[in-house]
Amino acid sequence: MTEPLIRVEGLVKHFPVRRGIVFKREIGRVYAVDGVDLEVSRGETLGLVGETGCGKSTLARCMTRLYPLTGGRVIFDGTDISDLSRARLRPYRREMQMIFQDPYGSLNPRRRVGSIIGDPFAIHNVADGAERKRRVQELMELVGLNPEHYNRFPADFSGGQRQRIGVARALALHPKLIVCDEPVSALDVSIQAQIINLLKSLQEEFSLTYVFIAHDLSVVEHVSDRVAVMYLGRVVELADRARLYSAPRHPYTCALLSAAAVADPDRAAQRERIILVGDVPSPVAPPAGCRFHPRCPKAQPRCASEEPALIDRPGDPPDHFTACHFPVEPGERLAREQPAIGQPEG
Amino acid sequence: MTAPSILETTEVAPTRTVVGRSPWELAWMRLRRDRVAIVCAVFIAVLILVAILAGPISHLIGYGPTEQDRVHGITLDGLPVPPSGRHLLGTDNLGRDILVRIIYGTRVSLVVGLAAAAAAVFIGVIVGLCAGYFGPVVDAGMSRLMDVVLSFPFLLFAIALVSVIGPSELVEIGVIAFFSWAAVGRVVRAQTLSIREREYIEAARSLGAGDLRIMLIDVLPNLVAPVIVYTTLLIPVSIVFEATLSYLGVGIIPPTPSWGNMISDSQDFYQVAWWFLVFPGAALILTTLAFNLLGDSVRDALDPRTERLFAR
Amino acid sequence: MALLEVSDLTVSFPTADGVVEAVRGVSFSVEPGRTLGIVGESGSGKTVCTQALLGLTPGGRVSGTALFGGRDLLTMSNEELRHIRGAQISAIFQDPLSSLHPLYRVGWQIVEMIQAHEDISRAAARRRAIDLLGQVGIPRPESRVDDYPHEFSGGMRQRAMIAMALALHPTLIIADEPTTALDATVQAQIIDLMIRLQRETGTALIMITHDLGVIADIADEVMVMYAGKAVEVADRRSIYYNPHHPYTTGLLESIPGSTGVKERLKPIPGQPPSLIMVPPGCAFHPRCRYVMDRCLVQVPPLEPIGPGHTSACWLPISVVGLAASTDEVRGRISAAHRSGPAEAITRRIGATS
Repeated sequence: MTEPLIRVEGLVKHFPVRRGIVFKREIGRVYAVDGVDLEVSRGETLGLVGETGCGKSTLARCMTRLYPLTGGRVIFDGTDISDLSRARLRPYRREMQMIFQDPYGSLNPRRRVGSIIGDPFAIHNVADGAERKRRVQELMELVGLNPEHYNRFPADFSGGQRQRIGVARALALHPKLIVCDEPVSALDVSIQAQIINLLKSLQEEFSLTYVFIAHDLSVVEHVSDRVAVMYLGRVVELADRARLYSAPRHPYTCALLSAAAVADPDRAAQRERIILVGDVPSPVAPPAGCRFHPRCPKAQPRCASEEPALIDRPGDPPDHFTACHFPVEPGERLAREQPAIGQPEG
Repeated sequence: MTAPSILETTEVAPTRTVVGRSPWELAWMRLRRDRVAIVCAVFIAVLILVAILAGPISHLIGYGPTEQDRVHGITLDGLPVPPSGRHLLGTDNLGRDILVRIIYGTRVSLVVGLAAAAAAVFIGVIVGLCAGYFGPVVDAGMSRLMDVVLSFPFLLFAIALVSVIGPSELVEIGVIAFFSWAAVGRVVRAQTLSIREREYIEAARSLGAGDLRIMLIDVLPNLVAPVIVYTTLLIPVSIVFEATLSYLGVGIIPPTPSWGNMISDSQDFYQVAWWFLVFPGAALILTTLAFNLLGDSVRDALDPRTERLFAR
Repeated sequence: MALLEVSDLTVSFPTADGVVEAVRGVSFSVEPGRTLGIVGESGSGKTVCTQALLGLTPGGRVSGTALFGGRDLLTMSNEELRHIRGAQISAIFQDPLSSLHPLYRVGWQIVEMIQAHEDISRAAARRRAIDLLGQVGIPRPESRVDDYPHEFSGGMRQRAMIAMALALHPTLIIADEPTTALDATVQAQIIDLMIRLQRETGTALIMITHDLGVIADIADEVMVMYAGKAVEVADRRSIYYNPHHPYTTGLLESIPGSTGVKERLKPIPGQPPSLIMVPPGCAFHPRCRYVMDRCLVQVPPLEPIGPGHTSACWLPISVVGLAASTDEVRGRISAAHRSGPAEAITRRIGATS
């Protein structure tokens, strides 16, 4: 088995909450990512799904070392990059890039588009002057923008076009890995499809590896090879795409799948909607034991004290991992609206 | 190459009716339409011209700024002469032509006002940018520094400083800049703090850009607009500050004219020679007003709120 | 008798760049107790439409009629509208954090609103507020009623908004993207709640959203808007299973899940037009795969193409449909009336640039 392109081991990222006038003391922590193990093979797309507070964005930024790690390791292309200094990390920045969610915030409004896309060339001293301009225009064409708009400002472009600019910028130095943090969530539906198709074409063209973060399950299903579901800082299920959508085993995954709005009235009326009680709890005070237990329709006393490991469960293929003591059996119907134990924070 | 098909990526209709205009061009267009701004700008341009050509103009009028006209410039009782054909704005208590003195005073006000504002902004931007960008430790240090400077009683300190060092134009500029930079620094720091959290800064870091590059290329351009606005509002403040210092006798020392010391000299004579107080005072007020109004217009031009309703 | 009957609503905003025609002649009606879903993307005019009904479009020029209970909302004074807002027509917006006042307790805000319209004591209003919070599924309402909005989670804030909307027993609720900012599981809860409450109270609902999945769950009738106009109006099943307008079809096809997984999605090419420079003829023509010469010059009116089903498109009836491939459709249109997409786009480039 070849070495995965990027591997994350026991990644932990906590943000301290500080209070104090002159000297700030830590009074609490946001357990944004609390022990994640993942790996992504070359050329594949790993989908990362979860709701607010699950830590997927934080995980993405830890993987690309935009944040320093609180614990654990990130190994990129065989090298441990967890503790590298800014200077030592720079060459790796050419290999892994990010595409951001907000097409209106991820581009500097006071800079021209050509300059924005040309940034990677300037920062890494790859190309200058006319050569840089030529390569930028080449990139613009590649992502479907008019190269003559080189001197325009972001305000002159629509949301979808701005996202293309972001893609061009990420692609400039031909990275191996691109982490896409909700790249289409802020776009209109008809434009989302354009950008998704663009990303897939580029992946084929340049043999890219993607980590694709989204909260929209149907988008993730469409683009991913494997999917990881996150909840409150941990991965609760990880499986091959087809498997996850047809035979999910974690109750949260089941709830998530059933909650997804379906653009088909008959199917919508027929399906069993599992409605979870309560809201997603805050990562400042994650519940003990299995983090999902206060909202879980299947929870038992064991779940409140013992945290389940992410392992493959009996009856599943070896690459399907579930972190649950009592995974959902095929054909099992989960109770609607009743948490089994505990009172969720309403 | 499997490029996305042209069908999927053709830009259909222009998303803006005005395309390719930079934010600066748009601001300039808005400013040009503002009549108040035009009037003020013209007024200030005239002032600058007058200040530069002070020599030739006073030569034309026929009197120097410190020249005492003992023949026609003073009454038999030793009092100032009212406005007349010879002395258009009258004379002061020593028979010096007030118009010429106001013209030379313009030079002082503009030079000191503009230089002090520029110096204050320069220092303020550097400190504010560092304070806002580099994180809590640096920020704490710089903010405390700014707080300390802002809590000095400036006039008292200005007087004390000048008494120690000695009055001159350069000292005046230094003193005014010293007491003004912290306010600019505060504003710049606040802006920088908010800009630092934007996604495009994160994007720049993810590309591997260093701090200096990010500050100069990504943060600074976004600071230019508020800094310009603040500068145009700081200039009149500096001009009045200068006038105050001169009024108190710690700015420009006589016989060199400054609007401030002219107003001070007029204190003993205004009851019999209203022109001695009114004209320098009017010059100060009008100049301050012009810069203030221009500053307001510049701010409106750079940051229109109501216009972009359906820009998306 | 329709509860709300809107005819030829037009809203435009003069700006320095030109006149923004946000809504360009929209007509629809809402029956008592039913839900109208208004679907559209950004720039479709769906929000401005309903804002105009409540007089919430400052600076806009509004024309047309909007009959509510026999009276025209668009000609009412601000004073008269204030009596209607909250009491007869209430609204739920997308971001409850900005609709609820952050400095006042949630219960207080509800009580305030009740007392502004009804003459009851503070104590009675407070009891009603607690009762409402319980109805919308907020646990321990007696103690939550005194919390500030920031102490509620996103889903709970939205529930509180719904409670406020229901407080005065309105006959119509306008919900503008109420679930867009919420997580999927919370969204499911809120939609579920709204469906249940609507059944219990018999309130009519206008649900504005870009999410076709939400519409599938909750709407009885659906109006699809594009560039300030209604392009298709039908009952829920017809919109999804028998769409006529190419924009509707395009929208449905561009949703992941409509094609086979891992196949390329079929997006609608191009992007929505600027509302300052709306393309002549049918506003959708630059992006339409079935565009004909006629579409570039004549604006298609919203006409019936079936029982309770109208569409604003020059294509003959039952020509378009999800099942039909582009080739099949082309085959059905006679050569005299159509041109291929590439030629149409070339012509369009010539026409509008």
